[in-house]
Amino acid sequence: MKKKDIVNYLAVFLFLLPALALFIGILIAPIIKSAYYSLFDWNGMGEMTFLGLANYKELFTSKAIGFMKALFNACILATLSVFIQLPVSLALALALGRGIKGEKPFLSIYFMPVLISTVVIGQLWLKIYNPDYGLLNSALTKMGLENLCHIWLGDKKTALISVFVPTLWQYVGYHMLLMYAGVKGVSPDIREAARIDGATEGQVNRYIVIPVIKPILKVSVIFAVTGSLKSFDLIYVLTNGGPLHATEVPSTRMIEMLFQRNRYGMGSTIAVMMIILCFAFALLISKAFKEAD
Amino acid sequence: MANFTVKEKEAHSSKINTRNVVLYVILTLWAIVNLFPVYWMFTFSLKTNEEIFGKNLIGLPWDWKWSNYASAWHTGNMPRYFINSVIVSVSAIVLVIFASMMATYAITRLKWKFSAQMNAFFMLGLTIPIHASIVPVFITLRNMGILNSHFSLIFPYAAFSLSMGILICTGFMVEIPKDLDEAAYIDGCGPFRTFGVVIVPLMKPALATISIYTFLQCWNELMFANVFISDSKFKTLPVGIQALSGQYTTEWGPIGAALVIATFPMLIVYVFMSGKIQESFVAGAVKG
Repeated sequence: MKKKDIVNYLAVFLFLLPALALFIGILIAPIIKSAYYSLFDWNGMGEMTFLGLANYKELFTSKAIGFMKALFNACILATLSVFIQLPVSLALALALGRGIKGEKPFLSIYFMPVLISTVVIGQLWLKIYNPDYGLLNSALTKMGLENLCHIWLGDKKTALISVFVPTLWQYVGYHMLLMYAGVKGVSPDIREAARIDGATEGQVNRYIVIPVIKPILKVSVIFAVTGSLKSFDLIYVLTNGGPLHATEVPSTRMIEMLFQRNRYGMGSTIAVMMIILCFAFALLISKAFKEAD
Repeated sequence: MANFTVKEKEAHSSKINTRNVVLYVILTLWAIVNLFPVYWMFTFSLKTNEEIFGKNLIGLPWDWKWSNYASAWHTGNMPRYFINSVIVSVSAIVLVIFASMMATYAITRLKWKFSAQMNAFFMLGLTIPIHASIVPVFITLRNMGILNSHFSLIFPYAAFSLSMGILICTGFMVEIPKDLDEAAYIDGCGPFRTFGVVIVPLMKPALATISIYTFLQCWNELMFANVFISDSKFKTLPVGIQALSGQYTTEWGPIGAALVIATFPMLIVYVFMSGKIQESFVAGAVKG
């Protein structure tokens, strides 16, 4: 090895050092550790008892852990997200992206909820849903629709959907913005040419814009699905998994296992499953998009 | 014949007009759906319970009750939470900028064998759910005795924004012509001088984008802050607000005021920099 090469490798190492230390120290090493903890029964302090894969087996079979229910809820959220939230975002992005008056103000307003802290949004919706004084029930009463009043977050039947509404609402703007950036990337000349050839707005969108923004749609679908699998903040603020575990998602189960029941092994098992699921879904979605081409 | 086309055109344009009207009605309705919760938050932060609970549901406050803000600010510990959030966010931003610029320089401008793999390795961070590392990080921090400190949030937050930082930096750094490096080398600059003198000054636009992205991640983060911090001396705004709403379960005005205090700075910045902020969100996702 020449002296120049050594200097070069030393430089590479030094330049990478801060990032690697952070990344490995706080992300990669802990994940490997999580995988290791997941093989044990451990209360976080005392002896660790090796269990092999027993935690994983319990995770998928035990009703008390409730992971399957939580996963099912997350899948409902993912489905709603892909089939309701994303189409709304796409429609908005297409409408704004073709260049109408007031495009920028609309865009800025639609994106605003993304910037507001989820805790603030959660607290606001708590006030909206409050059964006694909440805006929703008060408004229904004023309109003479008392019979529709409801303990929105306290009733097992409505809690899940009540939690999902603000979750979906908050991020419409995010997906819209990504898609809008893509729509803006379509050259105006192509649009104009298609219009001169007699294409309607719908045809332009269908045959020109959507194929062009497909890579962004893929990113959006991946974000929507993985985001649903790891959703936490709003659910924690609104119901923390209740009532009677009706709104549990994997991350609320994980936090309970860790910090209420001191089952660090099981908590780690959930963490590992969440990583695996996120990666699996991301790969699956990428594959699906590739095949559709 | 000529008449006919004119008529057809008119019919066509009036059709477009009605469609436009429908479009604007829908867009405006959706704008209201987005603005209304914020408007409601501002108004109820200035109302009495009486007004909020039915007498004046969605109107402007009759009697602007600024004392709600005073009670949120003084009894609710808001200044403390606010300062903590600022300390944690700003430190994380500095760390992310520092680490990601250096790493990106090594990956994109220095010649070595595994630079592509290194980049792919860092990009893993974009998909990994941050929750996955919470247990070991918690245990490590506990063993080091630095739970309940600013550090316990600064390092994790920096780590979680790092991948995006590198992604954004890469986007900007590949635009800088390689000739500049070569000129610097010929003038006798080593990689460190080249980085400091040539690259860093040209990366200013990336700094804004990275700062905004990291700031929003840190400012709003709940799960880690909630688990790592129990001492109210170190609570950040999201955790603080949760605690505050536990204290004021019956009085809604002060809670509203606290929510506004937490949100207002962000909205002001957004009004002036909406374009830049939107860019920082798009930068990562679209290039990734």
